[in-house]
Amino acid sequence: MKKNDQAGYDRREFLRGTTAIAGAAVAGALLPIGTAFAQQAKLKVGLMLPYTGTYAQLGVAITNGFKLAVEERGGKLGGREIEWFTVDDESNPAKAPENVSKLVQRDKVDVVIGTVHSGVVMGMAKVLKESGTLWINPNGGAGAMTGAACAPNFFRTSFSNWQTTHALGKVLKAKGHKNAVFITWKYAAGEEMMEGFKEGFEKEGGKLTKELFVPFPQVEFQALLTEIASIKPDAVVAFFAGGGAAKFLKDYQAAGLKGKIPLYGSGFLTDGVLDAVGDAGEGVETTLHYADGLDTKKDKAFRLAYAKTFKLQPDVYAVQGYDAGQLLAAGPRRRQGQHRRQARHDQGHGSGQDRQPARAVDLVQGAQPGAGHVPAQGGGQGEQGARRGLEGPGGSGARLQDLAFL
Amino acid sequence: MDFAFFLIQLLNGLQYGLLLFLVASGLTLIFGIMGIINLAHGSFYMVGAYLAWSLSSLTGSLTVAILLAIPLTVILGMGLERLLFRHLYQRDHLYQVLLTYGLILVFEELRSLIWGDDVHGVAVPALLNASIPLTENLSYPVYRLAISGVCLLLAAALYLLIQKTRLGMMIRAGASNRDMVQSLGIDIKLIYTLVFALGIALAAFAGMINAPLSSVFRNLGSHVLIICFVVVVIGGIGSVKGAMAASLLIGLAETFGQVLVPEVAGMIVYVLMAVVLVWRPQGLFGKA
Repeated sequence: MKKNDQAGYDRREFLRGTTAIAGAAVAGALLPIGTAFAQQAKLKVGLMLPYTGTYAQLGVAITNGFKLAVEERGGKLGGREIEWFTVDDESNPAKAPENVSKLVQRDKVDVVIGTVHSGVVMGMAKVLKESGTLWINPNGGAGAMTGAACAPNFFRTSFSNWQTTHALGKVLKAKGHKNAVFITWKYAAGEEMMEGFKEGFEKEGGKLTKELFVPFPQVEFQALLTEIASIKPDAVVAFFAGGGAAKFLKDYQAAGLKGKIPLYGSGFLTDGVLDAVGDAGEGVETTLHYADGLDTKKDKAFRLAYAKTFKLQPDVYAVQGYDAGQLLAAGPRRRQGQHRRQARHDQGHGSGQDRQPARAVDLVQGAQPGAGHVPAQGGGQGEQGARRGLEGPGGSGARLQDLAFL
Repeated sequence: MDFAFFLIQLLNGLQYGLLLFLVASGLTLIFGIMGIINLAHGSFYMVGAYLAWSLSSLTGSLTVAILLAIPLTVILGMGLERLLFRHLYQRDHLYQVLLTYGLILVFEELRSLIWGDDVHGVAVPALLNASIPLTENLSYPVYRLAISGVCLLLAAALYLLIQKTRLGMMIRAGASNRDMVQSLGIDIKLIYTLVFALGIALAAFAGMINAPLSSVFRNLGSHVLIICFVVVVIGGIGSVKGAMAASLLIGLAETFGQVLVPEVAGMIVYVLMAVVLVWRPQGLFGKA
């Protein structure tokens, strides 16, 4: 059990707390009287992300990206120092309400940043809708968060699950594939991505022949790979991420399917795992709202800064974390640090009505620089939009709302 | 599904079943012969997997790692038996459950301290890193076949050890009447230590050879533990033969379940267990 999971203070937290108080007392004594009192209260930022399990790597990348955005602003947001709180959500939906309650009720954070797993996102939504705490979701794409279960304090700097695979329909058609098999983990994200792909592919006249599911987070694919070989579809589309994605790509190669049946997926299939899988990732084509090759000034600057700071290459998760930081920073700047939670938004469900931050912030994500760095592209961007960025069917770009929430 | 693919799925199921047998045999051995309910069985599987990963990244070879790790797990098993389990043979099962549950927590925390919480992949040994083409678009990884071979060899060795050797005779005698065996001048304490260490080593070894297929992650042991108990319960408590039959049955049920009824694949194994228990409460090969 992780230290953070325990209610109340344990010894380590207590020590950390007292050290901070002692440090503050010393600093206060050294500072001229007045400045010490002029300091605004710290901004309490609660990170609820997976730091263990299949999605651990994703949680770390998001944290890195977010902290980079804060560091670039001198460690402050809206002129306020930051106090960090961290909870490891373990990608466990059952613990989600309890975990987010720790941040909201015990730590009394001003803003919650999280998380990756869609099931956990839905657990958080219930609690955060009630508490009204500002929430920026840097990854978990559960559609309902910005659909049926949305609230004025909910924001996401990422995607809704269906968006990440919808565009594949166009790609597969262009390649001349008439039918496909979809394989994924059996949980909200996998099912929503499957639905998104089905909708997109059928619109292009394609047919989804079979849906194959593996229980999350298992990685025993052998039986289903055999099934794929026996169906002999024109193409295979997959959603796995993190450790599971690496394992799937390797197994796909070991089963001899690579090179015989082309493999497609949402970008999560390859993002962040390319180094780990070697040539098993060769030739896989994906769609996503971000890719390493995005050729914009903003992206280049971000990638350079990230690589310098963390000695790591950033992936889409780092970008989403970074954009979450930028979004949070934009609020106080526009409101001079005033505390105000308000956002106008569509509560609509489904295509094109997902609320995504756009104009207020110069986000890294975005398919085309000319489109004003809008993370979700409107429909009909064609092949390039589908391949490079993320294509939404309903022209969401025009509906994006201005933000003023902090 | 045509006939060729039916055969391949059969192979998948058998291969998975053999692996299950390897993991569960240690549990059924300790359970059947010593009467110890070892909830920490999955933890030893996890320890094996992590040892395989850390030693193979150190030495660069999974084979070397396994050769180094097996003596370590035998020593671990003997040490635990001497220090902890020995004191519980005469006690109620509840004490054993409490102790071994505690061990799960201890091993999880130690794993977190020593190896961290990240997911790791273990490379398949270069010699076995190939695939045999079966149909025009499907190949079978050689490593999976090799694992099946190893599992079969171990099953045979286990059978010979228990049924055909003098040591096996003493083990079986100890299982049916411990006091009598002791008064005949046989060092039953030593035999128990050996059996326990063997059970632990089997679990850890299964973790080691399966590491390249399943990858190495936290909570690895808990899934394994549950499926092991299912095997032991279906097969009949303490029956190695039953464990083999149950493993193969579960391997096939899970494989074909995933393909034929993917919506309910997650629960097929448990439905199977329920059916067997209604039909034969003592398990397939258990003594009533």
